[in-house]
Amino acid sequence: MVRLQKATQCALYAVLELARDPGRQISAADIAEKFDLSANHLAKVLQGLTRARLVESVRGVGGGYRFIGNPKRVTLFEVIYLFEDIGSADDRSDGGDTQIAWALSRVTAEIEDIAVSTLKSITLATLLNVMVKRDNGISQAAAD
Amino acid sequence: MPNSETRERTASVSPPVSPPGELAIRPAVQADMRAVRALDGRITGLDKPDYWREMYRRYGGQDGRYFLVAEGEGKSIAGFVIGEIRAWEFGSPPSGWVFAIGVDPDGRLNKVGTKLFADICRLLKAAGVETVRTMLGRDDELNMTFFRSQGMMGGPFIQLEKDLS
Repeated sequence: MVRLQKATQCALYAVLELARDPGRQISAADIAEKFDLSANHLAKVLQGLTRARLVESVRGVGGGYRFIGNPKRVTLFEVIYLFEDIGSADDRSDGGDTQIAWALSRVTAEIEDIAVSTLKSITLATLLNVMVKRDNGISQAAAD
Repeated sequence: MPNSETRERTASVSPPVSPPGELAIRPAVQADMRAVRALDGRITGLDKPDYWREMYRRYGGQDGRYFLVAEGEGKSIAGFVIGEIRAWEFGSPPSGWVFAIGVDPDGRLNKVGTKLFADICRLLKAAGVETVRTMLGRDDELNMTFFRSQGMMGGPFIQLEKDLS
């Protein structure tokens, strides 16, 4: 099972919430409250996203953060890569130079390759569309 | 000029699926093959005359097989898609397979691929299948991202291979 670190989860929630409406500014407090995140933790994550030029902070009354990337171009991998050690070269450290370690590393590399290619293929826009379709489906079911 | 006999045969099996307009999606005819081959050559950097001759023979105007082209302004070929219905491979009920798609690099972001994919899906659905599948290289980010954007997700099958050398 893929387990993302807390910071990565915070980043994905924040980026996707902001990318839903790139023109909108949302305060860190509002994002933290909506997704039940630690405000301090989220603040650090938003700094990382700002450095990566995915979001920008807007000062003053009504300030907050807004998404400045292209939702059709930014993939989940680009967000996750900022906070996870993923997609790096062979990082086998245990097992020494043994046949068992080599064989196991081939399996873990295969899993990682699949995970990376999956994350690289899903843009924020694609994920947001999935969400919209789900909402539409729920609305349609309610109307029926 | 298109071979009228070929066009007629193709049309009877798989009628034009999009109304004419700026971009019309229609079944491929023999006369399209030169443009399709050239387009594929631009995309892949490989000229494959025998391959495209065979592809048209096998998929042009055949029952359960679909070879569509997107015709842009001036009758130019802006893209193509090829697919078929496959049944009972490793227990899978009949399902649609899309195994080739190409869009003129100069026409990307104009929804050519989206329209081609939507039409072949519509034809596959009309033929009675409920699932459409494809297979891609893990590093083929362009096509992978495209198919994801069309709603495709990882399915219940996994591709395996073995080095026979």
